Amino acid sequence: MLKTLASYITFDLLDLEHGSRLGAALEFFIYDAIKIFLLLSVIIFVISVIRSYFPPEKTRRILSHKKEFIGNILAALLGIVTPFCSCSAVPLFIGFVEAGVPLGVTFSFLISSPMVNEVAVVLLWGLFGWKIAAIYMGTGLLVALFGGLIIGRLKLEKWVEEYVYTFRSGQAQEVATQAFRERLEYAKLNTADILKKVWLFIIIAIGIGGFIHGYVPQDFLAHYAGKGNPFAVPIAVAVGVPLYSNAAGVIPIVYALMEKGLSTGTVLAFMMAVTALSLPEMIILRKVLKIPLLAVFVCIMAATITAVGYLFNAIL
Amino acid sequence: MEIKVLGPGCANCHKMEELAQTAVKELGIDAKIEKISDIQEIMKYTLSTPGLVVNGKLRHSGKPLPGIEKVKELIKAEV
Repeated sequence: MLKTLASYITFDLLDLEHGSRLGAALEFFIYDAIKIFLLLSVIIFVISVIRSYFPPEKTRRILSHKKEFIGNILAALLGIVTPFCSCSAVPLFIGFVEAGVPLGVTFSFLISSPMVNEVAVVLLWGLFGWKIAAIYMGTGLLVALFGGLIIGRLKLEKWVEEYVYTFRSGQAQEVATQAFRERLEYAKLNTADILKKVWLFIIIAIGIGGFIHGYVPQDFLAHYAGKGNPFAVPIAVAVGVPLYSNAAGVIPIVYALMEKGLSTGTVLAFMMAVTALSLPEMIILRKVLKIPLLAVFVCIMAATITAVGYLFNAIL
Repeated sequence: MEIKVLGPGCANCHKMEELAQTAVKELGIDAKIEKISDIQEIMKYTLSTPGLVVNGKLRHSGKPLPGIEKVKELIKAEV
């Protein structure tokens, strides 16, 4: 049905010639755009409703004094649905530690939250199919699980700034329980808010698919950074770590790299490195973490993400 | 009436402050708006900024920001 609509707009409304290169490209573009925006709107809306049940205060309560492993799994999963923006990373971190959430479990949450979310999954699904989206989500959760587990095992509590442990802010409040109607209202607002922020990146990504497609040779990058090159994954991760972007912002680059022959594992590793770690985030976290812990965090993340990249290059 | 806007200083926190000011002006009420950027102080109320506290009660926290009508409602509830 979407296909019919796309071809109607292209060939009837805009009156382009059937079989022309521009017409075909535009039809593809319109079809993809409608499909992805529909998917995004529906899924962000549904997740937002779920999200309204998990304010950070509640997540903190669930995670406090949880054992490692179970705690890490829960933290990684809650990272998907708990709303959190990088500017609240510091209060969030302190609040978790104060409530007795183990350090490793806190990290599982901090890793999963920016990396695995509905926007990333829907965009990958819409552009590359559900398999790639599922792989990204599954391995993203694994990276969060193991990253947190390792940090917990290393007993690095001494490298957290001392003042964090002396914080006594007590029980934060929670906004009074909402009626379901209010949750729907919140979900609508949140969906509009996110779409407003990401639409341009998505248009660019689809544009790359529709128009640049066919103008740069398909295997242009594959020649340098394809499966045959063992350094492709570490290089992709090293480039991605300092870069700062959310999942939507990196999608156009991901699409371009994928189109031009980089292997899936390399591209997914790049996307994870960009979303999970960044220079600005490190500067924010430096307020609560001492440099050795930050360094350990970056190294563990880079290593696990690289491992994921190799794994998928090997089996896909 | 006492209104507190909680936020360490990100763009959304400034917007929240503007919303609170506009709401107070449009409602024509007498209220003191205080900007709280100290983390310890913020965390007495919430973990997710920006936050809006009216007469000591947390009325909004986190993204997305409420619309101006919603902010007026939240403040009016305390009049």
